[in-house]
Amino acid sequence: MTSVTSALRGPGTGGTDAAHRADGDNGDEHAFQAAFDAAVAADERIEPRDWMPDAYRSTLVRQIAQHAHSEIIGMQPEANWITRAPSLRRKAILMAKVQDEAGHGLYLYGAAETLGAGRDELLDKLHTGRQKYSSIFNYPTLTWADVGAIGWLVDGAAITNQVPLCRCSYGPYARAMVRVCKEESFHQRQGYELLLALSRGTEAQHAMAQDAVDRWWWPSLMMFGPPDDESAHSAQSMAWKIKRHSNDELRQRFVDICVPQAEALGLTLPDPDLRWNEERGAHDFGAIDWQEFRDVLKGNGPCNEQRITQRRTAHEDGAWVREAAAAHAAKHAPRPPRPTDGPARDPAGATATRKPRS
Amino acid sequence: MTATAPPALATLPLADDALVLSHRLGEWAGHAPVLEEEMALANIALDLLGQARALYAGLRDELGTEDEIAYLREERTFLNCQLVEQPNGDFAHTIVRQLFFSTYQQPLYAQLAPKLPLAEKAVSETAYHRDHAEQWTVRLGDGTEESHARMQRAANALWRFTGELFQPVEGLDLRWQELEGEWAASITEVFGRAGLDLPEGQRSGAWTAGAGRQGLHTEPFGPMIAEMQHLHRSHPGATW
Repeated sequence: MTSVTSALRGPGTGGTDAAHRADGDNGDEHAFQAAFDAAVAADERIEPRDWMPDAYRSTLVRQIAQHAHSEIIGMQPEANWITRAPSLRRKAILMAKVQDEAGHGLYLYGAAETLGAGRDELLDKLHTGRQKYSSIFNYPTLTWADVGAIGWLVDGAAITNQVPLCRCSYGPYARAMVRVCKEESFHQRQGYELLLALSRGTEAQHAMAQDAVDRWWWPSLMMFGPPDDESAHSAQSMAWKIKRHSNDELRQRFVDICVPQAEALGLTLPDPDLRWNEERGAHDFGAIDWQEFRDVLKGNGPCNEQRITQRRTAHEDGAWVREAAAAHAAKHAPRPPRPTDGPARDPAGATATRKPRS
Repeated sequence: MTATAPPALATLPLADDALVLSHRLGEWAGHAPVLEEEMALANIALDLLGQARALYAGLRDELGTEDEIAYLREERTFLNCQLVEQPNGDFAHTIVRQLFFSTYQQPLYAQLAPKLPLAEKAVSETAYHRDHAEQWTVRLGDGTEESHARMQRAANALWRFTGELFQPVEGLDLRWQELEGEWAASITEVFGRAGLDLPEGQRSGAWTAGAGRQGLHTEPFGPMIAEMQHLHRSHPGATW
């Protein structure tokens, strides 16, 4: 059966890549554009070898890179509590969660690589401030309850954003998101359960949980991005089916999900204007402080400098390790390794291929 | 011949080894030299934490819950070897520590496997830890001048904590000499492949030989458990 996307691929593998690069033939370009539009309209997946408009490619690279960066920067605020986790069970859960985030980073850098953007290049852009990560991670984790609030609210908001991405038009991203979302929803339940234990615990624990929710609620709502009428990239991304719902729609969905959960937790959401609107069939909520959002985005959040410095330091301190691994590989490889070949790829097999020594 | 399980308390040093090394590896989160190592170090830390918890569970009658054992003991009652409590240092120190310890721990668990239900799973986990450490030792020993120098420095620095590993633990009926022989042969072989020299110094400190097993620790251990225990201790009786 011939699908619409097959028209993007030309007769032989790689043919369309050539077409993509050859900018001479307008006729071909138009035909590819038409086939691309039809594939998107028919809800088919665009795959790495398919022709795609340059702007679609660069939008995806920007978005996937930002997402990957958020995963690895997002390890920091939670790793902050690994050494202080108050029980061995919680310590194991938290370590596994932070490890999952590293794993998400790996899938996502992998997805970006299918678009021609290598991990080293993207990390360099992160370290030099040319690409962003989610602003939410510029807030500090001040108490143990913050670990729970991040799981419940931040991961909850991320899932609300990301579930529709499982149907994103770009195949590798959509498939990465299926796996990411499964793990994120696990994290969210763990965060909720952590807060529940605190909320039902001692008075001090309850207060700790409430304080964390008070601090994380509003920044979590900001995670959906600016209001629809101010969102720079939304319209085009919706047309390309990279994005499926508007920022405000997703934010509303998230609020409606959280309200009953907060009640079940026995915690209050810090918004006096939050109430059920019968007519809309949704909760009304108070005004978001977009000035704070813009401030944090611009670099003026509580932890912007700290997060990027730690990331850069880890990268710089690790340079000798990566160089040594590359040098060792080069000495023992029959051919010079490609830049993406770092032998350090292998230890990822840490989780995948674990063969006991005989 | 029926394998007799070791008396529960005899496994406390092994459990403490696993907990303390797990904690140290957990300190790497967000600081590793490459994303794949974030995964690998966390993976090893999680395995070790699982081993510690399983062993603590066997001590419940004697010492209480796993959290009471981990969070409410004082420094002098931890029986881990001093090697595992050594600070992470650079990646070379961490890798050498992993190599020295996993090359000890894996055959030790293998000897215990018929007697201790946990050990069977732990043998395959520690085999992976050992493989990971050996690969990195060879890679870094052989890699660049800098990586070689760092590895040699780390090996020299940690060498004095390796003698203690083979001090017999009371109640653990193991072939200690055989363990030590296997360990030395393996380390010699790996160092050979890595182009590293076996350190020549003492394999134990002047008055601290076997001391970790008797609750004598090095200075960095105190701050480590203070950090680990403070939140739990700040809320006496709370559940988490």
